[in-house]
Amino acid sequence: MNDASDYLIEIRDLDYTRGHLRIFKGLNITIARGKITAIMGPSGTGKTTLLRLITRQLVPDCGTILIDGIDIAKLSLKDLYILRRRFGMLFQNGALLTDINVFENVAFPLREHTDLPNRLIRHIVLTKLHAVGLRGAADMMPSQLSGGMARRVALARAMVMDPDILIYDEPFVGLDPISMGVIVRLVRKMNDALGISSILVSHDVQEIATVADCSYLISDGKVAASGSPDELRNTSSDLVRQFMHGMADGPVAFHYAAPNYAEQLLGRDAE
Amino acid sequence: MFREAWLTFIDFIRTFGALQLFFLRLLAATPSIFFHRFGLVVTQVYNAGALSLVIIMVCGFFVGAVLGLQGYSILSKFNAEDSIGTFAAFSLIKELGPVITALLFSGRAGTALASEIGLMKATDQLSAMEMMAINPLHRILVPRFIGGVISMPLLAAIFSIVGLFGAHLVGVGLLGVDAGAFWQQMVATLEPSDVYEGIIKSIVFGVVASLLAVWEGYNAVPTAEGVGRATTRTVVISAIAVLILDFMITAIFI
Repeated sequence: MNDASDYLIEIRDLDYTRGHLRIFKGLNITIARGKITAIMGPSGTGKTTLLRLITRQLVPDCGTILIDGIDIAKLSLKDLYILRRRFGMLFQNGALLTDINVFENVAFPLREHTDLPNRLIRHIVLTKLHAVGLRGAADMMPSQLSGGMARRVALARAMVMDPDILIYDEPFVGLDPISMGVIVRLVRKMNDALGISSILVSHDVQEIATVADCSYLISDGKVAASGSPDELRNTSSDLVRQFMHGMADGPVAFHYAAPNYAEQLLGRDAE
Repeated sequence: MFREAWLTFIDFIRTFGALQLFFLRLLAATPSIFFHRFGLVVTQVYNAGALSLVIIMVCGFFVGAVLGLQGYSILSKFNAEDSIGTFAAFSLIKELGPVITALLFSGRAGTALASEIGLMKATDQLSAMEMMAINPLHRILVPRFIGGVISMPLLAAIFSIVGLFGAHLVGVGLLGVDAGAFWQQMVATLEPSDVYEGIIKSIVFGVVASLLAVWEGYNAVPTAEGVGRATTRTVVISAIAVLILDFMITAIFI
């Protein structure tokens, strides 16, 4: 049984609607302190939206999100920014600043938040870039990087302030197998060595299985299943089995709702 | 139809109110950015001002040259061609300098600002800054706004000076107007209030063009189409606002 203080983030009865689409319907999730928690789910279930809600880039319709027991909806903008200094976030597309080079991108949070001397900033930035294998790309501009390289630079930037909470939005997309192996080990090593907590959104079931301590599978606006990757893999739930084993047939339809295929090809749907 | 018009009106009022609040937020953050992050402002003065110099100088020269030709054509009918300098100076300093510079500024620097900020939004760069606990309003919007406000009057002054040079070249150099009369009549008739009018107009236009550019960029729909639309709206709305304000300020000074 977990004590309340074991949880870094608690999401209770979260509802969120975008336009006419109700994305979350009473979502309940807890993120354990010092662990790697994976959020999984079919495309369009709102995994990235959930990350934006956790960091209050979006505001829920109702429900509470507690970080260290603090309701983030009640924070002033100033306090929110203070709280966000504890976060590091890796965006899906890297979100590097395109007008400065790789080194300055990684140095950016240090220059904005600290008065460290240039020599020390250089040391820290090169250490972080070395960790993601891109020390040699320090002078390159973001436009010269591949998608995978940009994401690795973004990872270096996300961890440059030594955050308490690291949030990864699809960190494995576009990485070659070598980079992926290194990044997976890096995520694990950072989490264990620095005692940080990580939230990881990914479709990549294999990689999640090797790195995550706990996984949540979200479907239809709610948590469909939770547990360790092994527990999810061996579950009897059809939905979880379909997702974890990548099966075409199951409760989750591959095709988006559409009229009858033959009728549509024959043009009868318009009549 | 009446209902649609009403809803459009309500939407306009709402947007106008939001724009004013946004303006107040920019103004509130301006002193601290100006004094503590002056380097960011200098960079934006370079981007909005220095990089617009060529287009401003070329346009200023030819507008002045045309004023020289037109002025000679009209004034020579009254044997008053010596007043070309006065004619060009009044036109440039009070009207054409601030107005054409503002239109060119919104077309060159305003669109660059709107599309840059819109693309930063579309590529999550602004969200990334927020997640790094850096307020994009302070780091991105305010320096660009201040840079535009500083650049506009300087560009308008350069436009007017180069325009006068163009008018002088055509009037004195090509059409044979006496150089002494050109300058003497200009100095004798131009009042300080005429120059103040031009300065006030260029400052007001600088505020409006820069405000609309950062507003449109910051509120752009984060897609390629949305950024394109924001860029177009920047030019169109700035042009309309500049011309309406020009009429209002002129009416106040007269």
